[in-house]
Amino acid sequence: MNKLVVSSTPHIRSNDSVQRIMLDVIIALAPATVAGIVLHNHSLNAAITVAISIIACVFFEALFQKIAKQPCTISDLSAVVTGLLLAMNLPETSPFWMPIVGAFFSIIVAKQLFGGLGQNFINPALAGRAFLLAAYPTNMTGSSAFGPARFQTVADAATYATPLASLKEGGAAVTTTDIVNGFLGNVGGTIGETCAVLLILGGIYLIVRKVISWRIPVVYIATVFIFMLIFGRNGAGDFLGAINELVVGGLMLGAFFMATDYASSPVTPVGQLIMGFGCGVLTSIIRLWGGYPEGVSYSILLMNLCVPLIDRFTAPKIFGEVKKQ
Amino acid sequence: MELKTFRRGVHPHDGKELSNKAAIKTLNPEPGELVTIPMSQHIGAPCEPIVKPGERVLVGQKIGEAKAFVSSPVHASVSGTVKFVKPVLTPGGAMVNSVIIENDGEFEEAPEQIDAEKAIDKIKAAGIVGMGGAGFPTHVKLSPGPDSKITDIIVNAAECEPYLTCDHRCMVERGGELVDGLKIMLKLFPGAKGHIGIEANKPDAIAEMEKLTKDDSDISVVALKCKYPQGSEKQLISAITGREVPSGALPAAVGCIVDNVATVMAIRAAVSDGKALTRRVVTVTGDAVVSPSNFDVPLGMTYAKLIEAAGGFKEDPAKVISGGPMMGIALHDTEVPVTKTTSGILCLTKKAAEIPPESNCIRCGKCVEHCPMGLMPLYLNSDTLAGDDDAFIAHHGIDCIECGSCSFICPAKRQLAQSIRVNKRAVMAKLRAKGGK
Repeated sequence: MNKLVVSSTPHIRSNDSVQRIMLDVIIALAPATVAGIVLHNHSLNAAITVAISIIACVFFEALFQKIAKQPCTISDLSAVVTGLLLAMNLPETSPFWMPIVGAFFSIIVAKQLFGGLGQNFINPALAGRAFLLAAYPTNMTGSSAFGPARFQTVADAATYATPLASLKEGGAAVTTTDIVNGFLGNVGGTIGETCAVLLILGGIYLIVRKVISWRIPVVYIATVFIFMLIFGRNGAGDFLGAINELVVGGLMLGAFFMATDYASSPVTPVGQLIMGFGCGVLTSIIRLWGGYPEGVSYSILLMNLCVPLIDRFTAPKIFGEVKKQ
Repeated sequence: MELKTFRRGVHPHDGKELSNKAAIKTLNPEPGELVTIPMSQHIGAPCEPIVKPGERVLVGQKIGEAKAFVSSPVHASVSGTVKFVKPVLTPGGAMVNSVIIENDGEFEEAPEQIDAEKAIDKIKAAGIVGMGGAGFPTHVKLSPGPDSKITDIIVNAAECEPYLTCDHRCMVERGGELVDGLKIMLKLFPGAKGHIGIEANKPDAIAEMEKLTKDDSDISVVALKCKYPQGSEKQLISAITGREVPSGALPAAVGCIVDNVATVMAIRAAVSDGKALTRRVVTVTGDAVVSPSNFDVPLGMTYAKLIEAAGGFKEDPAKVISGGPMMGIALHDTEVPVTKTTSGILCLTKKAAEIPPESNCIRCGKCVEHCPMGLMPLYLNSDTLAGDDDAFIAHHGIDCIECGSCSFICPAKRQLAQSIRVNKRAVMAKLRAKGGK
């Protein structure tokens, strides 16, 4: 008989793997990405941006690990997810160097310098986006960055504003048509954020596959809805306006795919509820009273910073816990 | 039917289909074959051998004397001649002083195996220990002290370890003995209720036990959700009574005593028939074995003999485990004796036994979501790697029951339970050293 393996228990493992989880995220994001590419006017530019972003993220990850003499982990697909998410957060008119700069910041600065997968304290894709937003505001949100969607009818394409920007400027009252357009993705916005319906389906896929829990996205979205229902734009909330807030901007992308990033969200069930609530409140505050039209990215980044504290104070009650005297 | 269970836990593939239809076969050593009886098959002080090489012994004759309260005597499982008294490798990995008997094939029984009057003393004299794997002396468990009011006796028939089917087959084929054993235990604690907790993947066992107990108002058969670690003592009590054993306390603190199927059957044999514990049922299974089986064997036969009786290996095994895949001990040699705590011999092929490489923790939180004790294994793992004992204690590392659910579920394949187990022992030793000063 050949030699027997001796190891500590348990001797069997589940079929789960990091690669499978990342693949699930990619599967969940794919429909919304494709819809985003098709529904935007600059489809080709958008498609190339997505491709460059993914390739750059994988490249930087491999490069860093090569230089740092670490085992190469690009096969876990996490860099692909980061690249995809980063591209989804970029406008369709992005110059092609922009996803490369963003990928560098996401992978090298936000992820690898802090220890690689699972060690980053903020969401790498959002960190990349925040860096680009600060460094190249014109390319990221300037007046020419966004145009109307392919099937959108607008009076003047040259002065087009995304739904959130026009709401910020005190645009016309929200109609059900606005909501339907936002839901289907027939509005302007970054490449991946516009098609709310497919993002929701992708999110449900991840929840069903138990890749993410319902807690962060559901609480996040519900908090924004209730906050907007109570406060609303122009001093008063209304139902249609609150619904509209859910389908425009990056809320669905952020709630299902960014705020749920494992490394930068709480591991405790109660902590995840707090994460969702905090993101919801901050997003609403920034949208209503902040300087930017959209608050999803910054709200998630700010909550990322609170995660160690949240985890610490929301540890589950242990089985048979004895109260300290 | 509503199934009871505990919070959290995992769902490994149970692998029981390999052997759950295999009726128990009696297997005996050939005349001339050696059987090895280790002097320590339990938690507590080892026994002292009371026989010498050359002496003839009979089945059930005491050959190892327990001198401490927390200890348990051992008996010859065959009749024959003592050949050696020497240290031998045991399934736990330790070299243990053992009595080695050459079987004469007669199986001549000792007339007086148990010299005691009261049931509890018979249980002690019969050498009964927790046969589920822990090996805690049963008479100690059944003597919880005057402060404890025992209200519930629970038979642990969950058999939540994947692959193992010995308890299942015992219930189906020898259920009456189990019920009689439980009744003996109930007599020790007047007013207590009996519960038989069985996982739902054994419907025939549940039906059989319900049939056998239908006229006993103080015994209930509880169908449990099939979930690991359902058969962990604390989790089983929680599922059946809803009570949580406080951290650091024993089941008696919430009025419960838990014993597994084989143990309760051994209690019956001791009290009703005056028989010492000399045999047990062992499952031999796994994808490397030709015909997975359940054997009724005398203690002391080697694992190798049992595997041979199950048809041998289909292909070279990569791993042979004493017990189940979640908490069993991996062996480096199959020439070890069956002991009182041998519930199964699991032989896995290379494919089934593969240990995937560890990667970074991705903080997915699955270990937190599934830990039956409500711990945060990812932090206990990082505390361990950082050597931070204070943080390890603050994160309740001492409460870990080492069930392995965290390592099982971890998508990054981190050695969570493994590292926590090692550190828990080290930290507890340090705490004891401090307390001793």
